Amino acid sequence: MSKVMQGSEALGSEPAEAVFDGHFGPYGGRFVPELLMAPLEELAEAYEAMRNDPAFQAEFYADLQQYVGRPTPLYYAEHWTRRIGGARLFLKREDLDHTGAHKINNTMGQALLAVRMGKRRIVAETGAGQHGVATAAVCARLGLECVVYMGAEDVRRQSVNVYRMRLMGARVVPVESGTRTLKDALNEAFRDWAANVDDTFYIIGTVAGPHPYPAMVRDFQSVIGRETREQCLEQHGRLPDALVACVGGGSNAIGLFHPFLDDHDVSIYGVEAGGDGVETGRHAAPLSAGRPGVLHGNRTYLMENEDGQIMPTHSLSAGLDYPGVGPEHAWLKDSGRVSYVAVNDDEALAAFHSLTQTEGIIPALETAHGIAYAEQLAARLGPDQTIVVNCSGRGDKDINTVAEVEGMQV
Amino acid sequence: MSRINHRFAQRRAEGRRALVTYVTGGDPYPGATVPIMHELVRSGADVIEVGMPFSDPMADGPVIQDACDRALAGGTGLVGVLEMVREFRRQDQDTPVVLMGYLNPIEQIGYRRFARDAAAAGVDGVLTVDLPPEESHELVPAIAEHDLDPIWLVAPTTRPERIRAICDQARGFVYYVSLKGVTGAATLDVDDVAAHVEAIREATQLPVGVGFGVRNGEDAARLGQVADAVVVGSAIVSRIAEHPDADESQLSREVGAVVRDLRAGLDQPLPEVAP
Ligand SMILES: Cc1ncc(COP(=O)(O)O)c(C=O)c1O
Repeated sequence: MSKVMQGSEALGSEPAEAVFDGHFGPYGGRFVPELLMAPLEELAEAYEAMRNDPAFQAEFYADLQQYVGRPTPLYYAEHWTRRIGGARLFLKREDLDHTGAHKINNTMGQALLAVRMGKRRIVAETGAGQHGVATAAVCARLGLECVVYMGAEDVRRQSVNVYRMRLMGARVVPVESGTRTLKDALNEAFRDWAANVDDTFYIIGTVAGPHPYPAMVRDFQSVIGRETREQCLEQHGRLPDALVACVGGGSNAIGLFHPFLDDHDVSIYGVEAGGDGVETGRHAAPLSAGRPGVLHGNRTYLMENEDGQIMPTHSLSAGLDYPGVGPEHAWLKDSGRVSYVAVNDDEALAAFHSLTQTEGIIPALETAHGIAYAEQLAARLGPDQTIVVNCSGRGDKDINTVAEVEGMQV
Repeated sequence: MSRINHRFAQRRAEGRRALVTYVTGGDPYPGATVPIMHELVRSGADVIEVGMPFSDPMADGPVIQDACDRALAGGTGLVGVLEMVREFRRQDQDTPVVLMGYLNPIEQIGYRRFARDAAAAGVDGVLTVDLPPEESHELVPAIAEHDLDPIWLVAPTTRPERIRAICDQARGFVYYVSLKGVTGAATLDVDDVAAHVEAIREATQLPVGVGFGVRNGEDAARLGQVADAVVVGSAIVSRIAEHPDADESQLSREVGAVVRDLRAGLDQPLPEVAP
């Protein structure tokens, strides 16, 4: 079995050899309407077969190389490191992936799977629009029909990405229900899938949703951590002291973390969106301030009230503006293997500028949350220590948002 | 005998189909639900499903999502719905009441407390649309302890072995969802429904209810040819949605008109089945 599986076995969630049933301790599972049970079983079976199929794996890795642009560099951010003063800071450059974020590692994998399953119509949800763009791109390339659901609020604040999706032939459907953000886009995408199960494949953009999505998306994204591990060993002969990644649904984070879970000398930090501050209640940090519950097909930490209703979230970054989180993160939190922290909007904004000015790298606002925490962590550590931050995406899509917050016109 | 079993047995003995009607608790405002429930009974409903409002009803279409939003805006959650059932029971000890909704509000209140309070309020069955039998090891024992029936759904995509597994766990009645899609969607294919209902009957003696997509008496009549019960939700809820500011008696009249049409359709003598 792959490296990827071993990490969770160490945590006791996956008995060796048995087919993984989608539970990470008490989290995960498959909480969906009966209509979707058979399609999910079919998907799980198809994925299990592809995972062990050398031809599928070869095609996937060839596409990651030729189309996505992998491997991405592990870059020593010397100038940023000097500005902060402390541990040496490395960036895993997922912002250099085709379409500008890590999301395409996963959409590439799922789209290939869809083709193998004979499904020619793709639906997806998107928050920041990065997953939507990454889905639209692979659909354009593979000649698949593509429908992307996006909260009306996000359509407004990520208009550039909406235009990119449309250019690539996707139909973008603004979602007006609920809070008009990412969670509502997920509801709508599930509804579309339920109505069109025969010919449609739902490409979920993060490690959430019902089994097999959390494990499948993690496996596709784990290429990030596997490369990072190799690059660390190659470049300085040892593993890093700490890993940092932002956590929305948690796909870029789990992709980096997973191949390191058994390396107990490596500290791991997941960074949630603190919005106006976790203490204000206006945030998107379910692991830091939520409770376990059931939403969108799995049990995980959620932002909810005492009646079990899902609470509105607040984050400057559309991609982190989600009241849940992938179930494996819930389990990694409870087990103590990963520390989850929150970074507020204004701290993320400051880090956005800090990295842009010192390195000429404009990070996505989602990514900037990880950047901000890495700065805090680096300042506490010595120059003999190294931190790898997942630079999950580039910030071109956020230029208007940043300008608006700072009272400027672009 | 449970109220649900008793009611289905009665209808079966009369050679009639049962009518199962759905409203969201607290829609369009908290005071409307109990009068509407009594009107449902007066107009011919046999079983009442009361929706427990949820912020993210992913198996429902816009009609029921909007009803949930109206109910939540008016302050009705799970506790409020239980209070409504309790009040309904003061005057009606016969009509079975099934709570329908999503798992999370139940999980937050706690399975044991939910089961105890629901039973005490006079609830008869519980249907959680996002909880398959595989994940039900906490809910089912908790409600069974209080003699509440778990009601399970079978879908057009459900495979035969799974139909048997679901029917083994089912109590009260089995609910066949007659459409691919969400509540409130598209049109009916009665032949297709008949084939699925047949497959369910091979697995269980329980009555089979069919729902999703029933809009009027005519639809009810067609489905009544193949099922023991017809379940109607969106058609009633959309009528309520047309009158969000109406008082209880006007809302009751509106709902009553929809349900009487359904009842009449369902009670029509069965036409000769085409060869
Ligand atoms: C650049 C970038 N990073 C992170 C995220 C958050 O998603 P996840 O937590 O699944 O990596 C997004 C989501 O849109 C994103 O665009």
